[in-house]
Amino acid sequence: MLDKLLLIWESLPLLIRGAIVTLELTMSLLAIGFVLGLIVALGQVYGPRPIAMLMSGYERFFRAMPILVLLIVFFYGLAFLGVSLPAFGTAVLVFGLHSSAYQSQIFRGSIQAIKPGQILAARALGMTRLQVIRYITLPQALRLAIPGWSNEYSGVLKDTSFAFAIGVTELARQGWQIATRTREMFLVFISVALIYLLLTYLGTWLLELLERYLSVPGLAGQRREEHGRVV
Amino acid sequence: MAVSSKIIVRVEDLHKRYGSEEILKGVSFTVRQGEALAIIGPSGTGKSTLLRCINRLTEPDRGRIWLEETEITSPHTDINKIRQQIGFVFQDFNLFAHLTALDNVRLGLLKVKKLPKKEATERAMHELARVGLAEHAQKYPAQLSGGQQQRVSIARALAMDPKLMLFDEPTSALDPELIGEVLQVMQKLAEEGMTMIVVTHEMGFARSVCDQVIFMEKGVIVEQGPPEQIFTNPQQPRTRQFLGKISELYGGAGR
Repeated sequence: MLDKLLLIWESLPLLIRGAIVTLELTMSLLAIGFVLGLIVALGQVYGPRPIAMLMSGYERFFRAMPILVLLIVFFYGLAFLGVSLPAFGTAVLVFGLHSSAYQSQIFRGSIQAIKPGQILAARALGMTRLQVIRYITLPQALRLAIPGWSNEYSGVLKDTSFAFAIGVTELARQGWQIATRTREMFLVFISVALIYLLLTYLGTWLLELLERYLSVPGLAGQRREEHGRVV
Repeated sequence: MAVSSKIIVRVEDLHKRYGSEEILKGVSFTVRQGEALAIIGPSGTGKSTLLRCINRLTEPDRGRIWLEETEITSPHTDINKIRQQIGFVFQDFNLFAHLTALDNVRLGLLKVKKLPKKEATERAMHELARVGLAEHAQKYPAQLSGGQQQRVSIARALAMDPKLMLFDEPTSALDPELIGEVLQVMQKLAEEGMTMIVVTHEMGFARSVCDQVIFMEKGVIVEQGPPEQIFTNPQQPRTRQFLGKISELYGGAGR
């Protein structure tokens, strides 16, 4: 028993290194997905028809693709085209594009949840379209998006394990290597699972804190109790 | 409420159509400086559309509108510059839900007029005090009553120092006991000489506060005149009929 605990203890530095790569992947892909997703959502809601259709096509395509298939196609496709992108970069790009499609729908929903009257009122003050988006739409839409976004975080965190397939040594692959070396499949992957659990828990907890910190009476982040009282 | 001879708004032959339905069928009128104009009439007759055409929240199909010497409807006019000079008060307040009362009033000053923060804050607090809400400056819209929200929205419009205020049924979404506080603010404004156009169903207000009344129906002006004429001696049978119905409902049009 003790030797098994020792084994885990000894592989911990490697697992932590893997977890760091997993987190790096997750943060980078979320950042790419956030920027692109927001652009797609704004295009879908406010863009002229051709732009809106283009954005919808993009979003449907990436939501339709299995992430593993997309990853392999990009990895070998880019190499075929003579573009050399390291495995980590390819993974971030593919995951980022994929996530942007999902994030766009989180943002679209929250943008459309804002009453159009506020937009009219802002225009009536003499604000430009961009000012309205910046000062009225986004501050509200982003608050409303946090719960959905937290869901996206926990989803993509685990999707990063697909990067395994193109040779990125993230948490799952790190676990696999230790496990094949030590033949302690179960033990190692239980540890891997616990690390995923911890990362998910920490991230969603931080987002919950953020949601509460940014909450505005009558807008997003109404407390459980307020909802509970009426339902 | 001294009405000068200077014309602030001129509307000429305004037309607007939604699909097959013609909402405005050639509306013309002028408003002079310091004048309070009430627009009354049945629902769905284009009163709100008319108001929204004035600051081009709705684009008119035909006709021209001037704010003083500037033609609002000209394609060369920077509409954002015009809108800064026209306050608009909506039926359902439309306060920015994520901002406090103070920030609602301050936003236009900071971002549109580009005032420094200190100055904008002072001006915003002054306007909130003017509508009697200084002590509620830090509250969010959801923490205010409907009447208070509407007063914040009036303060938000006033802060921009408008030449003209447009009110689109400002009390129609309010509980009866909250209507008074909003009308009071509007009355004070009119007495201070603000030029305003008020679409309203509050006949008492139109009669006692406004200088001119327009009765509109089916996209045209049926009758226009001083409140005494419209309410006590309407020239058009349709005006008489409409006011009769209203007084049946509320017990006296001039309550």
